[in-house]
Amino acid sequence: MIVEYTQITSIQGDIIAVEAKDIRYGELAAVRSRLRTSLAQVIRLRGNEVLLQVFAGAKGISTGDRVRFLGHPMQVTYGDAMLGRVFNGSGLPLDAGPDLRSYPRHEVGGPSVNPVKRIIPRGFIETRVPMIDVFNPLVESQKLPIFAAAGEPYNELLTRVGIRANADVVILGGIGLKHDEYLKFRHAFEEAGVLPRTVMFIHTASDPVVERLLVPDMSLALAEQFGVSGKRVLVLLSDMTAFADAMKEVAISMDQVPSNLGYPGSLYSDLAARYEKAVDFEGAGSITILAVTTMPGDDVTHPVPDNTGYITEGQFYLKNGVVEPFGSLSRLKQLVVGSVTREDHGYIMNSMIRLFARSREVEQKLAMGFEKTEDDERFLKYGRLFYDRFMDLKVDIGLNSALDLGWKTLAECFNPDEVGIKQSMIDGYWPGQGRSEFGD
Amino acid sequence: MAHSLESRVLAVNGPLITVEVIRGHHIMMNEVAYVMHGDIGLKAEVIRIRGNMAYIQVFENTVGVKVGDPVVFTDELLSATLGPGMLGQIYDGLQNPLNELDNIQGFFLRRGHYLSALDTSKKWEFTPLVTQGARVKAGQYLGRVSEGMFDHHIMVPLALQGGFEVMDIAGPGSYTVEDMIATLKNAEGRESPVSMKQKWPIKLPIRAYKERLLPDRPLLTQCRMIDIFFPIAEGGTACIPGPFGAGKTVLQQIISRYAQADIVIIVACGERAGEVVETIRDFPKLEDPKTGRSLMDRTVIICNTSSMPVAAREASIYTGVTLGEYYRQLGLKVLLLADSTSRWAQALRESSARMEEIPGEEAFPAYLESRIAAIYERAGLVKLYNDVTGSLTMIGSVSPAGGNFEEPVTQNTLKVVGAFYGLSRARSDQRRYPAIDPMISWSIYLKQMEASLSLLHPKWRTLIEEARELLYRGNDIHQMMLVIGEESISIEDLIILLKAETVDAVCLQQDSFDAVDRATPRERQVDDFLLLMDMVHTTFSFENREECKKEMTRLRNNFFQMKYYPFKSDGYQKYRQEIREILEERVKVE
Repeated sequence: MIVEYTQITSIQGDIIAVEAKDIRYGELAAVRSRLRTSLAQVIRLRGNEVLLQVFAGAKGISTGDRVRFLGHPMQVTYGDAMLGRVFNGSGLPLDAGPDLRSYPRHEVGGPSVNPVKRIIPRGFIETRVPMIDVFNPLVESQKLPIFAAAGEPYNELLTRVGIRANADVVILGGIGLKHDEYLKFRHAFEEAGVLPRTVMFIHTASDPVVERLLVPDMSLALAEQFGVSGKRVLVLLSDMTAFADAMKEVAISMDQVPSNLGYPGSLYSDLAARYEKAVDFEGAGSITILAVTTMPGDDVTHPVPDNTGYITEGQFYLKNGVVEPFGSLSRLKQLVVGSVTREDHGYIMNSMIRLFARSREVEQKLAMGFEKTEDDERFLKYGRLFYDRFMDLKVDIGLNSALDLGWKTLAECFNPDEVGIKQSMIDGYWPGQGRSEFGD
Repeated sequence: MAHSLESRVLAVNGPLITVEVIRGHHIMMNEVAYVMHGDIGLKAEVIRIRGNMAYIQVFENTVGVKVGDPVVFTDELLSATLGPGMLGQIYDGLQNPLNELDNIQGFFLRRGHYLSALDTSKKWEFTPLVTQGARVKAGQYLGRVSEGMFDHHIMVPLALQGGFEVMDIAGPGSYTVEDMIATLKNAEGRESPVSMKQKWPIKLPIRAYKERLLPDRPLLTQCRMIDIFFPIAEGGTACIPGPFGAGKTVLQQIISRYAQADIVIIVACGERAGEVVETIRDFPKLEDPKTGRSLMDRTVIICNTSSMPVAAREASIYTGVTLGEYYRQLGLKVLLLADSTSRWAQALRESSARMEEIPGEEAFPAYLESRIAAIYERAGLVKLYNDVTGSLTMIGSVSPAGGNFEEPVTQNTLKVVGAFYGLSRARSDQRRYPAIDPMISWSIYLKQMEASLSLLHPKWRTLIEEARELLYRGNDIHQMMLVIGEESISIEDLIILLKAETVDAVCLQQDSFDAVDRATPRERQVDDFLLLMDMVHTTFSFENREECKKEMTRLRNNFFQMKYYPFKSDGYQKYRQEIREILEERVKVE
């Protein structure tokens, strides 16, 4: 009973309207125009009028073109054959590999996980980036964005984590990627030999805008299938701001009332629906999401990073090529710090940052031309050491060595009673015990 | 349904569905309807009626719904089911028990499945409290069952209007929540059978009490910054706005664990599922120090996380408040924590936009203010018909866009709450937790509760104001120092600054990772604070800056170490003694 409809009554942006009956909300359709056939999705029903969002864009669609409804929503292929492959946003292969149409398919954007079926994450993921491991450790099943201005090395950081992370499956979703960036990702993964455990969904900047919307959903639906079957999946997305911009475009063409800078009022829920796919399943695998969110104008209060920050479990700020200690946060860190990791981890983490804040203050003070006190000197020294030993992205050390280095750095600059760490920890870890006894 | 013709779907726009209602059928605002989709019904609520068209907001994903699908109206308002057996439960926004759903549905929440909020097979040991012929009205007790550590009183259903005579009351014995335990007759002779379970429309406040009282006694949270500086009253309201990452949720979690309330209701409204999971998994293992039982035994969780349907998110806060009001009717001290009211407001905004209402500020609907006020007004301290008091205290977190407190949700909330705990990015960047900014926060209860607080110390309020004054001055001096340099401020100012920093470090900041410091009981709060104020009152004089800094750092470190030792332990006494000696020495120097 496949019916083709030819009554396209309006075309606005990438949204077309067609007269049709008995159509399901959310259903897919194929729109056949002179140039190509594209998938489209039902996004509104009004009597017999059906509004469709055309993934490949409405360019070249004529009012006389044919629309065929497929009777099901968007689906993703699932199977081990997906590993090592590259697809576009609609799930069609971009590489020379075989067609996977005969594999089982699953609906994307499915229901959310029952909260009581989640477990408290306990897995610490060591990245050997001390600004992450020591100060904001990444935890299995966490969702974390990398906030960065344009031009920061966010894709390099993403690549580095993707290659090193101890995951069974890595899924890379490229949203509005520059083609060069895509090639770099692919090359780096190939070189590190991790491509066979990787699936890529790539949308490049020159592809139709609406197709961007599919990339996170396809990536996460596939991740969910691997996760349920017991795999520990890491999903890397770059860049979610491009995804939000695509939603804005669609909302505006639908005449929706914008809430903030043109973004739809549902931006928070729309982003959350994707990020919340990060999960640690009870008795099965897990999904961890690391997603780049570029900040237009380097402004964290821009609606996209702002809403993202409220959804995700912390954020990494990438600024001037380093992960900024202020503002960067891993909300799940307390689940692993000091329990999964070494007992002194929490104390080092907090004290070093507190002292680094002082050193930044001193720097500012001096920049305004004030005299340098002896105290200032020590804080400046501390600030320099902190940068060289921890912040520099080139530093590549494991967590425990980084903690030892932390104690060493504190001892080189301060007395034990100045660092605000409880005595039993000082007794256990302060290098060269007794340099300055309590109460002297 | 008696009618042969059915109401049908006319248009679908996300969760908003327009229904053509058959002629002659009356529909009610906020009535519950079901969109029939295959063999399941998707629950929805009527939110606008125009001619023969009803706009309904569906609490589920509407993928697959077709124009022409039948819609069934139930003639019932969206209601919560109330009765014994709610404690320890984890509900979604519509009061479906998630633990039960999990047995049926596995990992994912399937739509169109609704379960009874109360276990209908469990038997409760009922004791009647009235006899035949007694005159009663809504909210008065008919009997009781014991639920965990509480006497759960069975009330005359709150929805019954007017006076009733008890025609029949069940004797002592075991009954399920659905068994009839009484029959009541009103003046017109109409009889109403009563079971232990009742329903109440969540959007209406419960008002079955003698009078509302002025909240004049504190509700202890064991968070020093709140209890000492910005106390909250039993039956009061507070809000916690803060930019992301400033620790709103952590603060809420700490309060939910250590607050001295009988019942804690946690509404996770449009926030992360992971945070709820921590509570769900940890609470059963944690012991309530007051009763020795599991924390879960005093907790109800309403969980509608950000990826769950938006419309149910709007309902979740109302469900939580209704449960809170119900427990208040039982004479209990209830604390409701809502995280976050901004997500609830966004749910309003989303549905308003779909209905194409004229938007107000930042596209929020014009009725945002009245809705927020109406929710917070449901908190309060009340005197029940039996002269026992019950209270519902509400603390809502707010997630202002861009961390800017000028936005509509924060501003409209500030108008109606009694305490404001403003979190600041600057404090959280410095890891000064809880990151409540003492410079901007306030509580009207410090004054309102003066009489009961003066029992702690005759001059309690004066002391607090003095301490706050010191913090303000310390802050001013710090700002000045940033501009003119440390060398240019006088040694007297430096002493004030260091005193203020000590108060901040040892009293305001609380280490939630530390087993001792994370919760401070009242007795210790008072003892430690009075000692700290002795330090503030001590006049110090030093030869030079270096000596000043050295001595003050030593003093601060003593206070700092003291707070990590259990109250009155040897280590605690040792540091306390040491501080005393330093302070007395100073007085001698005078």
